[in-house]
Amino acid sequence: MSPRPGFVLEVDRSTPPTLFWHGEGFRLERLPVGSRVIYGPEPLPALKDPDAAIRHALENPLGDSAPLRTLLSAGMKLTIAFDDISLPLPPMQAPDIRQRVIEAVLDLAAEAGVDDVVLIAALALHRRMTDDELRHALGERIFNAFAPHGLLTQHDAEDPSNLIHLGQTDHGEDVELNKRAVESDLLIYVNINLVAMDGGHKSVATGLASYKSLRHHHNVQTMLNSRSFMDRHHSELHHSNWRMGKLIADSGVKVFQIETTLNSDTFPEQFRFLQRREWEWNLRDRAGFLASSKALERTPPELARRIFQSIKSPHQMTSVQAGEVGPVHDRTLEHVHQQQLVHVEGQTDILTMGLPYICPYNVNSIMNPILVACLGLGYFFNLYEGKPLVREGGVVIMSHPTPWAFNPVHHPSYVDFFEQVLAETTDMAEIESKYEEAFATDPWYIHLYRTSYAYHGVHPFYMWYWCAHALSHVGKVIVVGGDRAAVRRLGFSPASTLSDALEMAEDVVGRDPSITHLHSPPLMITNVV
Amino acid sequence: MKALVFERHIARFAASRVAATIGGSGHGVGVGPLELLETDPPELPGEGWVRVQPRLAGICGSDLATLDGRSSRYFEHIVSFPFVPGHEVVGDVTGGIYDGKRVVVEPVLGCEARGLAPPCEACSNGDKGRCERIAFGELAPGLQTGYCSDTGGGWSGGLVAHESQLHSVPEHLSDEAAVMIEPTACAVHAACSSAVVASGQRVVVLGAGTLGLCTIAALRTHALPGALVAVAKHPDQRRLARELGADHVVAPGEVVRAARRLTGSLALAGSGGSVERITGGVDVVFDCVGSADSLESSLSVVRPGGEIVLVGMPGPIKVDLAPLWQREVRLRGAYAYGTEQTPTGPRRTFDLAAELVHDCNLGRLVSAHYPLERYEEAIAHAAAAGKRGSVKIVFDMRRRPRAGRAPSTQTQDKEMP
Repeated sequence: MSPRPGFVLEVDRSTPPTLFWHGEGFRLERLPVGSRVIYGPEPLPALKDPDAAIRHALENPLGDSAPLRTLLSAGMKLTIAFDDISLPLPPMQAPDIRQRVIEAVLDLAAEAGVDDVVLIAALALHRRMTDDELRHALGERIFNAFAPHGLLTQHDAEDPSNLIHLGQTDHGEDVELNKRAVESDLLIYVNINLVAMDGGHKSVATGLASYKSLRHHHNVQTMLNSRSFMDRHHSELHHSNWRMGKLIADSGVKVFQIETTLNSDTFPEQFRFLQRREWEWNLRDRAGFLASSKALERTPPELARRIFQSIKSPHQMTSVQAGEVGPVHDRTLEHVHQQQLVHVEGQTDILTMGLPYICPYNVNSIMNPILVACLGLGYFFNLYEGKPLVREGGVVIMSHPTPWAFNPVHHPSYVDFFEQVLAETTDMAEIESKYEEAFATDPWYIHLYRTSYAYHGVHPFYMWYWCAHALSHVGKVIVVGGDRAAVRRLGFSPASTLSDALEMAEDVVGRDPSITHLHSPPLMITNVV
Repeated sequence: MKALVFERHIARFAASRVAATIGGSGHGVGVGPLELLETDPPELPGEGWVRVQPRLAGICGSDLATLDGRSSRYFEHIVSFPFVPGHEVVGDVTGGIYDGKRVVVEPVLGCEARGLAPPCEACSNGDKGRCERIAFGELAPGLQTGYCSDTGGGWSGGLVAHESQLHSVPEHLSDEAAVMIEPTACAVHAACSSAVVASGQRVVVLGAGTLGLCTIAALRTHALPGALVAVAKHPDQRRLARELGADHVVAPGEVVRAARRLTGSLALAGSGGSVERITGGVDVVFDCVGSADSLESSLSVVRPGGEIVLVGMPGPIKVDLAPLWQREVRLRGAYAYGTEQTPTGPRRTFDLAAELVHDCNLGRLVSAHYPLERYEEAIAHAAAAGKRGSVKIVFDMRRRPRAGRAPSTQTQDKEMP
């Protein structure tokens, strides 16, 4: 039976309660009659033989690229960059897609006699990956072959000796990238496309860039003009990356792009109920929900966090394409849309969303309040093409415990951003002009980014900017079940229950509002007509 | 007349200390050596002394420390018992050159008040706070009015003061504003005499009670800090600190991180991004609390070679001074007032304070008035002022136009009938 497409349910009296993610837990909420619930398409079938598909893609590249085999030769300098810990979510069950692709590339390189090969985790300003995380992403064989010899590296955006300034785009944007990658005879980028924002020229231009380069598109203005950044043709974030991509190509950097897509089979068997439509829950789903919920109620938050962070996703590869960046990414987006696109008629007054325990920046870590805001207003709000799901001046209601808690190793500058910057103001422009540079150049944050496992000092700013479009668009943001002080610090309104939140929302949007719930998992992208 | 009298009573002193230790500051009053008594007004000690009938008298942190039994034994020889507390006083004068005038009392009992001539070097320089003879002369020992058995104090129906202690209150200042002049003078003295807050230096003010808030205002007016971080526990304190000129307001647990970020220091920590100690720090810390915790905080945020100014009255405390030694930090007290050097020449601290009170509307810090009869409640309120959204609590000895209300020009003041 082929997977069913996305679906918009209109809630009636017989509709069972709707599942909301709530951090490391769930809530079953009864939405008012007439509300809409948007369900993403069911998981697409996986490629039957992913390794064969990878080999086929490498031999049959898209665009004007020659087959990879012909681009490899003895004596050449080869660099393979790959997406970091932020993808996919949750981390996938072994073997990771990066392992499969890079093993195939290395087989070809070995056949061609290439012996100068370096791997680079394309961190941009993300935290470094631990050895265990690298082992999981690349597999033991690759890790053991490269890491002991210093050939498995992680991009360091603060290492002046390994950065090179390629020039400026016709918009005056600096392009400063990893020197090893740029000076290689061939740069292969291995990508995982979980959402439409990923991939394309963004892979190299962002993943291997410095702060000097990133600040040109990771800023408030760009975010306000990216509507949305899940729609690259209407995203200033992508326009900027594409201009940088052109400059990179014009500078003579040869990039061979390998992109992959995943199906939305996101959670293992014991959490299968998360992906099923509630009225289709069978006895096993109900039992799974009840068992999980009851167990979580008695589990200390830290333990619950560890349990959830240990989940490995069963999602499978649905496509792989390789070659020239542009054509490869266009094909990738077709696959992403096939899995995620849902057509929705009309906007809504109130958009509700349950936020999970994980986002790209808290893998094996804590979802701190800034990341909660970013996941809801940065990612979920922007999962649209055309028009936002919620109307201008509408209300977003997010469900998440939003603990006033931070991982000090991963997010040291987040703590200060939350305690010191958001305590003063939540205004994007003021924050950007008054505080960004000091955080970005703070020597301690730089030290921790380079030597520990810390996100760069400027990273919380980017997470806050990610919310810029949403915050300029909606009239109010309400968080259900969150730590009240933390929610207020974000500038949002706390509510104890969904019905309280809906009542509060009516003060903004009026009586009898239209309500739409973005059901996740799975991830989806809405096309609002 | 009625007066709150503090007797030398060792057993009750110990009882108040125990009660305050168990129940918190202000809880020892009922069992302590303070009593409301009907007494005779104090005798005029000699020529130049006049009677002052208090209108308002503030409750200060040092008063609370005394009532809690937490004050240092250092003071044993420079106070005399029994005394009537109250050194933040606005009142009306009978006799002498200030007859019929509304005045504030500059409470330090220096050489002139004590009839000592020639005065000590400090007094002759106008630095009365540093007087070397506060236990000598025609008066019983007592560093200030409010700690001397001969003068009485503000928590009463009447005290005596030497004319050299008096300052006329300008008509445009309310009683509430006037009673704020003495604590403000302490803050002005700390800000001016430090002489270290050069333009652009980074400063932390620890504590946002009366003294902390007035210090923020004084620094903004009389110094040119490049950045001023205030440490405040409670929401109203945070708001006031910001209004009075703090650039950043942080909670006590956040100050080390704030100082690190402000100064671009590195951090020494157990693991990753936690911050236990920082390598640099701010140039000057004004400790307006005076506790072991606040001094430890001060030491953890001041830079090597920087300065800590103790503005709040400390008692016997235990603090690890290793960082003071290794980082060559200067620790300095800032007590009372006298004469300050200003760009326009020497000025009396009280005059500068009166101007600051007016300019910054510091009278609004007076949060509640109590009659003497309700002193236990008043002191409990003062001890929990921050938590209760209050700052300065005062005793109100004014004749009231009608029962239960005191005249006030401060609309935000709360009456405690």
